[in-house]
Amino acid sequence: MSQKVLLSSKEINIILHRLACQLLENHLDFENTVLIGIQPRGTFVAERLTKILKEEYDVKHINLGFLDITFYRDDFRRGEKTLAATQTKIDFLVEDKKVVLVDDVLYTGRSIRAALTAIQSFGRPAEIELLTLIDRRFSRHLPIQPNYRGRQVDAINDEKVKVMWEENDGKDVIYLISK
Amino acid sequence: MAELSVKHLLGIKYLKEADIQLIFETADHFKEVINRSIKKVPSLRDITIANVFFENSTRTKLSFELAEKRLSADVINFSAGQSSVKKGETLIDTVNNILSMKVDMVVMRHPSPGAGIFLSKHVNASIVNAGDGAHEHPTQALLDSFSIREKLGDVAGKNVVIVGDILHSRVALSNIFALKLQGANVKVCGPRTLLPKYVESLGVKVETDLRKALNWCDVANMLRIQHERLDISYFPTTREYTQQFGVNKALLDSLDKEIVIMHPGPINRGVEITSDVADSKQSIILNQVENGVAIRMAVIYLLASKIK
Repeated sequence: MSQKVLLSSKEINIILHRLACQLLENHLDFENTVLIGIQPRGTFVAERLTKILKEEYDVKHINLGFLDITFYRDDFRRGEKTLAATQTKIDFLVEDKKVVLVDDVLYTGRSIRAALTAIQSFGRPAEIELLTLIDRRFSRHLPIQPNYRGRQVDAINDEKVKVMWEENDGKDVIYLISK
Repeated sequence: MAELSVKHLLGIKYLKEADIQLIFETADHFKEVINRSIKKVPSLRDITIANVFFENSTRTKLSFELAEKRLSADVINFSAGQSSVKKGETLIDTVNNILSMKVDMVVMRHPSPGAGIFLSKHVNASIVNAGDGAHEHPTQALLDSFSIREKLGDVAGKNVVIVGDILHSRVALSNIFALKLQGANVKVCGPRTLLPKYVESLGVKVETDLRKALNWCDVANMLRIQHERLDISYFPTTREYTQQFGVNKALLDSLDKEIVIMHPGPINRGVEITSDVADSKQSIILNQVENGVAIRMAVIYLLASKIK
């Protein structure tokens, strides 16, 4: 097994700032927009973006939620293990709001498909966009593409993209791991 | 992730402590789900569940059915009253006929103790015991402990007294197993005639003075006097039972501390507890009912994930 650094801490920071600016361009004051981090690891991206938008771009208030998609996945009973849920925390209605789904890695698109179903349990959004830090090209099983992407990578199927965060894993870094 | 150590839920006796914790953690998520505006998830859309009830039930059956539907399972209901059981069909035949219609899981209530265990050995489906005679009622005990955990933060180390007819109660036995497994201290309280002779061998203490028991406990689980199961006279009159083992507001207010009141339902108001106790803020009876759906969703979800 070998791993190489795909993005360093500095590069991640630059990309997050760019994504924050792109969000600002389309949503300006975030009055009618909500950010939804997809559990378990999209939440870190969503939290970072929220922090940058509030502290560096003076956005007063951002509705930030976390969405668990476990019960909406299409591989229940198909793997060896029981699927474990994580916390969903959405303290606001998404009815008529612009929803931005945030995840770390976009791969087959199946998680996003599940998230699109799951978010409807909280109302009917005006529109839904997708932001993803890493977009693995040519690996989609479903017709799903991001509106905002951090970095596009070509990774073959038995390679893995691992995103690590300082608050959870000790440092910010993204690895490409091959078997 | 961890998974259940069992393929069926036949009784608390067959569970490990880790199983109970896994069920609780899963139920936490389902409790959040059932409080959304759309309370349904698609997880079990390819699972069919038969609710087979050979004995009357209202809330357990409703609760199971709701849990199954909230998980998007297909549900069929069967009540012995309107079935071929009356025509002499055996239990295995009845269930195998249902399973031929491609059913993956059977939720069964039966008047005979051990009916679920028997069935699990003879048919190819996941069995959930929804009460078997005076033996076990595992989902009730799970939702009771879940409600205690929700109210008091933890079950371990808490003092729980179970009051009433311990002899005929499957709720009592499952609760004793569940509470002991989680490290709670358990006492049973009731007329001597309604306490099993060897109940202490389960690691519980016997207290026949209700006031002493209530002063000791953090939680009192008040069982219903099941008139339908009292084949002989175990106490002189219902009125005398109420005077000795019923909880009223005056008794509750005279205790040293504020205890939590539970009841598995249906309540005989004025017998085990008076109306003002059942409706007081110390009572978590309706929370138990709400938690029942979340717990049953968790049990069904975890068992269904083991069906290949």
